[in-house]
Amino acid sequence: MNRYAYLDHNAKTELRPEALEAVTAALGLNGNPSSVHGPGRGARKILEGARAQVAALVGAIPSDVIFTSGGTEANNLALRGTGRQRHLVSAVEHPSVLNCGGDIIPVDGDGIVDLASLENMLAADDRPALVSVMLANNETGVIQPVAQVAEIAHRHGALVHCDAIQGAGKIAIDMGGLGIDLLSLSGHKIGAPLGVGALIVAGLDARHDLGLKASGFGGRHERGFRAGTENLSGIAGFGAAAGCIQSMIDDMPRIGALRDRLEAAVRAIEPRSVIFGEHVDRLANTSFLTMPGTDSSTQLMAFDLAGVGVSTGSACSSGKVTNSAVLATMGVDADIAGAAVRVSLGWSTDKQDIDAFVAAWADLHAQGNKMSKTLVSEKSAA
Amino acid sequence: MNTNESRWNKDAPLYLDYQSTTPTDPRVVEKMLPYFTQKFGNPHSRTHHYGWEAEDAVEVARAQIASLIGATPKEIIFTSGATESNNLALKGVARFYKDKKNHIITCVTEHKCVLDSCRHLEMEGFDVTYLPVKTNGLIDMAELEAAMTDKTVMVSIMAVNNEIGVIQPISEIGKLCRERKIFFHTDGAQAVGKIPINVDDMNIDLMSISGHKLYAPMGIGVLYVRRRPRVRLVAMITGGGQERGMRSGTLPTPLCVGMGEACAISEKEMGAEAERLKMLKDRFHAGINSRLSEVYLNGDAEHRIPGNLNLSFAYVEGEGLMMGVNDLAVSSGSACTSASLEPSYVLRALGVEEELAHTSLRIGLGRFTTEEEVDYAVEKIAFEVERLRQMSPLWEMAQEGIDIKSIEWAEH
Repeated sequence: MNRYAYLDHNAKTELRPEALEAVTAALGLNGNPSSVHGPGRGARKILEGARAQVAALVGAIPSDVIFTSGGTEANNLALRGTGRQRHLVSAVEHPSVLNCGGDIIPVDGDGIVDLASLENMLAADDRPALVSVMLANNETGVIQPVAQVAEIAHRHGALVHCDAIQGAGKIAIDMGGLGIDLLSLSGHKIGAPLGVGALIVAGLDARHDLGLKASGFGGRHERGFRAGTENLSGIAGFGAAAGCIQSMIDDMPRIGALRDRLEAAVRAIEPRSVIFGEHVDRLANTSFLTMPGTDSSTQLMAFDLAGVGVSTGSACSSGKVTNSAVLATMGVDADIAGAAVRVSLGWSTDKQDIDAFVAAWADLHAQGNKMSKTLVSEKSAA
Repeated sequence: MNTNESRWNKDAPLYLDYQSTTPTDPRVVEKMLPYFTQKFGNPHSRTHHYGWEAEDAVEVARAQIASLIGATPKEIIFTSGATESNNLALKGVARFYKDKKNHIITCVTEHKCVLDSCRHLEMEGFDVTYLPVKTNGLIDMAELEAAMTDKTVMVSIMAVNNEIGVIQPISEIGKLCRERKIFFHTDGAQAVGKIPINVDDMNIDLMSISGHKLYAPMGIGVLYVRRRPRVRLVAMITGGGQERGMRSGTLPTPLCVGMGEACAISEKEMGAEAERLKMLKDRFHAGINSRLSEVYLNGDAEHRIPGNLNLSFAYVEGEGLMMGVNDLAVSSGSACTSASLEPSYVLRALGVEEELAHTSLRIGLGRFTTEEEVDYAVEKIAFEVERLRQMSPLWEMAQEGIDIKSIEWAEH
């Protein structure tokens, strides 16, 4: 078999070589970063170096960074930790945000948060609020107007949390410029290993207004906000990956061109293919698109057999292939949503991967057409 | 490959702090590496080869871990580490059953994260009994039994103490808890992979395991949660509903694989390793005793894991001792609190006098410790203690037969 075309980088991107090097170096060490002896201090130095690199990724300072076991924990810590009486979360957030409860800010047909609704919701209730809107959607790649969200939220005295897990490494992030108070990151979406993430809190040291409480499991590490011996190798890899941010951003035009090539090829075969978020700001690596008449699960099986790995949206635990909740929220008809697959590109994606996808897409589309024609002729015969 | 080959790089301090963290076994790293690179999928991706491959690896690891403790794979919940496991066990179970029962029994020498969780639960309205320990560091079974009420939902007693290495009477505790229909949680971070643990034989309902204490990496742990009779709990991290809803978040495949392999290695080698470590520990202890008097072993001499010695050296000053032996990476207390100079709460709970608690060293021996390293460390410690004692007026007086405690120091 030819090499497998992995096009599911939004689920997990491949580990960057720089991160692998840092991970393996850290795995070879002795020492708990909390120990005061030499090996302990050596581990601490790696931890603090990585903290500075992760902070720089979003324009924060090292003391703003709380390392966690991943994006889910970071989102939970942000929403449960601030103790705001009211949460306003966009309808297209990840389950790790939605599960924490809150009022839902509606989105439009492209999945973009409705700013007028946000304004009204904040004006209607003056309890201290936390607004959580993601930077970019994990399924469609659609980018939210976070700076405007922050401006509105701050005008009403609300805090702003941004799940930047999918956006990080794909678009440049300046927390201060965007007006974000709390921001979640996940390592494995930017080329670091699984099992590491961070909550970045702007001015954590000086901000008493946040009232941020320790994570669910208390705090003796991470400046009192999160207990437990740090995942040293993971954090080392996270730092190394964050250190590559400039080359990631510089690589996005190449990735965007590959994505556009893919979409153009699909459209050339089937002009009716729907590409979600096509006409709005979208991550350059993501394409969520339909093959009219062929359901998602059939597509996934056929793609896997053809050596192409894609998905229907977020990797979930149910083991079932279900329609995307994000598309349903956007008001997409079930039969259109049921024919969608998400293609997501990454640093290791090349033209060959795209060609493999397009070839598999074309084959399947042709088969589908043949099958539906047969069905039609059977029906008319009947 | 000879796993007992010394890893001692003589330019770096000699590592004797295996209760703080263990180096990742190179065999574990080797198993993990493919899951960083070629087999890099998200184990929850159910739609392609990479996801299935990662999921299969996670399930193999789950089975390896289950096998080490006599559990079934479905009873293994992956977490980010033992701190999270302890939190999830205590808070998760207490919160689930809070309408029926509101009392928890633990012990004063538990790991900080267990004590913190209990304090937290007290603030939520639970009653917590903190059992004292005897001078040997073990709990008194009669006191445990006396503390149990019909409101007791859970007993949480660690299997092995992280500072003094003593092994609590886990089987007896488990038996008593089962008879009284009380859940038994044990913090097994220092025990699993070091001493035989069987959750069925010992009637353990929940057990926390740490990866980096058994030669797997940091950042991975397990909570064992019994299915028959079923234990239920309220999740602390929610989102994608992974780990049967008990713990959301993407599983870190390489770390899970490392944890599984580390457990498989331990299961195979634990017996021989324990014998070797006991020999090294006895050699260490005998070496110290042959050179020095007035050295006290903290914690029971018999009921302790083979890789731990916790010694107090009378008539030396604690900070001076730590500085004198700074080419040995040893601990003067649990790593989590060692940045403070407060005497260890564990030693205080044993009734160790403050001066002696200040001069204690925790010596942790492990898989890569060699005889040569033990001999070097004994020589180093003995030399430093002798040197410090020669400068100590108290030591001089003691040598002259004056009972230091009888002196009434004049204020001036």
